[in-house]
Amino acid sequence: MSAGAGVRRKHDRARMRRGRGVAVRGALVTVCVLYLAVLLLAPLGGIVWQARKPGWSALGDPFTRSDVVHAFWLTAIIALITVAVTTAFGVIVAWVLIRHRFRGRALLNGLVDLPFALSPVTVGLACVLLFGRGGWFHEFFAARGIQIIFALPSMVLVTIFISIPFTIREVQPVLEEIGTEEEDAARTLGASVLQTFFRVTLPNIRWGLLYGIALSAARAIGEIGAVLVVSGLIQGRTETATLYIYRAMEERKTASAYAVALTLAGVSILILAAIEWLKHKRTREDEA
Amino acid sequence: MASAAHAVERRWSLSSRTAARLRHWSLRTAAVAYLLLMIALPAAVVIHKGFARGLGDLRAALAYPGATGAIWLTLATSTAAAAINAVFGTLIAFVLVRFRFPGRRLLGALVDLPLAIPTLVTGVMLVALYGPNSPIGRTLEGVGIQVVFAQLGILLALLVVTLPFVVRAVQPVLLELDPVEEEAARTLGASGWTTFRRIVLPAIRPAIAAGALLVFARSLGEFGSVVIVSGNITGRTLTAPVLIFQLASQFKPEQAAAVASVLFAISFGTVLITTRLTRARKAEAP
Amino acid sequence: MSEPIRVQDLTKRFGDFEAVRDVTFTAEAGSITALLGPSGSGKSTVLRMIAGLETPTRGRIWLGDEEQTHKSVQERRVGFVFQHYALFRHMTVWENVRFGLAVRRMPKREQRARVEELLDLVQLGPFRDRYPEQLSGGQRQRVALARALAPRPNVLLLDEPFGALDARVRQDLRRWLDDLHRELGVTSLLVTHDQDEALELANKVVVMHEGRIEQVGTPNEIYHEPATAFVAGFVGSANVLRGQVVAGHVQVGEHRVPIANDVADGIDAQVFVRPHDVRVGASAGGAGPARATVERIVTLGWLSRVALRLGDGQVITAELPSDELSDVGLGDEVTVRVRRARAFRTSDALGVAEPAGAGARGRSDA
Repeated sequence: MSAGAGVRRKHDRARMRRGRGVAVRGALVTVCVLYLAVLLLAPLGGIVWQARKPGWSALGDPFTRSDVVHAFWLTAIIALITVAVTTAFGVIVAWVLIRHRFRGRALLNGLVDLPFALSPVTVGLACVLLFGRGGWFHEFFAARGIQIIFALPSMVLVTIFISIPFTIREVQPVLEEIGTEEEDAARTLGASVLQTFFRVTLPNIRWGLLYGIALSAARAIGEIGAVLVVSGLIQGRTETATLYIYRAMEERKTASAYAVALTLAGVSILILAAIEWLKHKRTREDEA
Repeated sequence: MASAAHAVERRWSLSSRTAARLRHWSLRTAAVAYLLLMIALPAAVVIHKGFARGLGDLRAALAYPGATGAIWLTLATSTAAAAINAVFGTLIAFVLVRFRFPGRRLLGALVDLPLAIPTLVTGVMLVALYGPNSPIGRTLEGVGIQVVFAQLGILLALLVVTLPFVVRAVQPVLLELDPVEEEAARTLGASGWTTFRRIVLPAIRPAIAAGALLVFARSLGEFGSVVIVSGNITGRTLTAPVLIFQLASQFKPEQAAAVASVLFAISFGTVLITTRLTRARKAEAP
Repeated sequence: MSEPIRVQDLTKRFGDFEAVRDVTFTAEAGSITALLGPSGSGKSTVLRMIAGLETPTRGRIWLGDEEQTHKSVQERRVGFVFQHYALFRHMTVWENVRFGLAVRRMPKREQRARVEELLDLVQLGPFRDRYPEQLSGGQRQRVALARALAPRPNVLLLDEPFGALDARVRQDLRRWLDDLHRELGVTSLLVTHDQDEALELANKVVVMHEGRIEQVGTPNEIYHEPATAFVAGFVGSANVLRGQVVAGHVQVGEHRVPIANDVADGIDAQVFVRPHDVRVGASAGGAGPARATVERIVTLGWLSRVALRLGDGQVITAELPSDELSDVGLGDEVTVRVRRARAFRTSDALGVAEPAGAGARGRSDA
């Protein structure tokens, strides 16, 4: 009699423990969801709500204006150039840092992290100090009639600066992991250096590389602090999408600001989807 | 005939060795030049301009109305953001790695959202939700909680922007962790919380620290979201990056450079510690 | 078609560390030569220098009549097989084998024919569309061989090709490589630390130790006539006994091993005896062959291993058919006769053994 009761009590305790376990898990998950909701979902909802306040149809209005169209165009161009440069040089730097051994390698490696430690406005300031009036390089370019500050070149330069680490940091570990054996094999089979790189190395690093490209593209599109300092905010000429939003908020043209901001948010979510998919592909490769 | 062909062969083989050497060195030169010109040079010019006239520019900058307050505010909000996201970031990482529930992948993707969204848009979203034009903002104001144009807004913006850092620092460490130690603890009678506190936490502490330091360094320099949300009210919601921007816009680049250098020194030191921590952990790992 | 490989004074230094020192040998056309040695002996480095994957600090390399020392890897046209296969993970078996042909821009139709031919040769035709991760270790290595052979290299270099495989697969592939070589007749240079492999496959063996060559010879010579103490100890199992030179012999306890040269009395020497060259007989008492006490008998089916303690305390292991031990038991005193032994001089200061003269092979006196 008492034996049966003892067993029942043990089961009850186990069930309670399991029940408590499930409750604790549920609570923890809920806390996380709430935190993310407050920080991300609610604000996203807020901007959707505000943007559609003047009506869904009015959402398209700002895009008929030439300065808005130009702003998106400029953002796209800057992002494209930035991604091209940081990808090409990023692969070279990652290669040199992983495959070469030389004094000062650790220092160079540390240099790659520097953009994370600088505020974007400081980056813009540095550009002004280098190319603006009184700057180290001002004479050189002014004499040749090339405008750097308050023009496209400076905006591209600062965007490149803040995007540099992404490709490098994503390609480095992959290069290290795949090792040199396949490349050695390719060379013994007669492949030139370029052939080896494009047929053997590149396919092996592709997911890490694309992931880095997606991250740097998102960063380039979203840049504000540095371009704000160097662009001079010349409407229709040196205004990117983010700068347009900044000016619109300043001028209380909130409707246009929200509409364009919502568009950028939408683009970011698309890039995010690509990032997540590439991240998934990259971990699948690691496990293989 | 044969000797001529032989001579050509030898010439070719000599140049192929030199060609290989040339390639090797030009790659390294390209990498070094790229990093030096694009990264080291801008950093150098800021420090140089800021302190070319000794500490004079720094003193002038600090004399600017609200300057010291701005620096303190920046440090305070960055520290708060680091502390809060250290806790929640660890929690989120733990939940994502250890639990299975519907929508887990969506949650993971959401955590990465701040990496893709422009910081300016984050600021605009916060104003849209908590600003004077929104019912939520007005209700909160009525209760006395001011988000937009107040320090709370700055903190909120920093929390959003730096959300992924601790999560991404802790997640891989948690994934690598062998569950046997926790199972052993559990068989010896430890509760879930005790197991976490005594087995898991010590193992992930360096990763949490690294992530938190990254949050701190990033928050020091945050501009896009803060400039929209805070209203940049001198003496109340003005942060150091916005101060640098204002000084630069007023053609006081030397003073801007001085403040920027101080900020840079703090965040650079932080990043150095972080990389040292992550490298030490990798060296320790079997 | 198939060419000899010749290296002369090959030396490789990594900073202060000398990995390879003054290596000189020739691998005859159409033969299999083994580079045998323990890990760290520099054998892989020698192979990689021949392939062009490492640059020698000093020395010269010839493939046939052409000097290769300054040529790039691509120009040397060697076939190289790696220990861990180094298959291109993003290409199918077919594309892997095809690589060397595609890169040299062979016409597509010829490529296809050649790849088919090789897949037949390695019997992996049905696997042509598989990826390396879907293959077993043995299959991967066969693909690696096919890939290396596709461009018709004059020379085949193999770096511990079976080192990463299970014992059984290793045996099978060893036999298979032997057949393949007989059929193709490509000059092959095989790096291995497995002496069975070297002795079974090679026409000539180059034994290496700490970057230097210890001996070059046929498998027979290496096994029966080791030139140095290292070779005697590394190739095949051996008893190592210590003794001293006395009146033209090396005295090991009661044994005397004759040596040819005049070496001063009192020099320490090492004597190497193969376990199967030790004969055991029941004690007959009185003077005669040396006496030893049976310390341990291990019966492994038809073969038995006996540990015998000699008069001076040293232990010698004998391997012999179990039937010959029918009346021998633990603790018994037995006679020991040594059929073949080689003596090497041990230098006191360095402990380095050098052959104590030519023809130090001998039979013990009794």
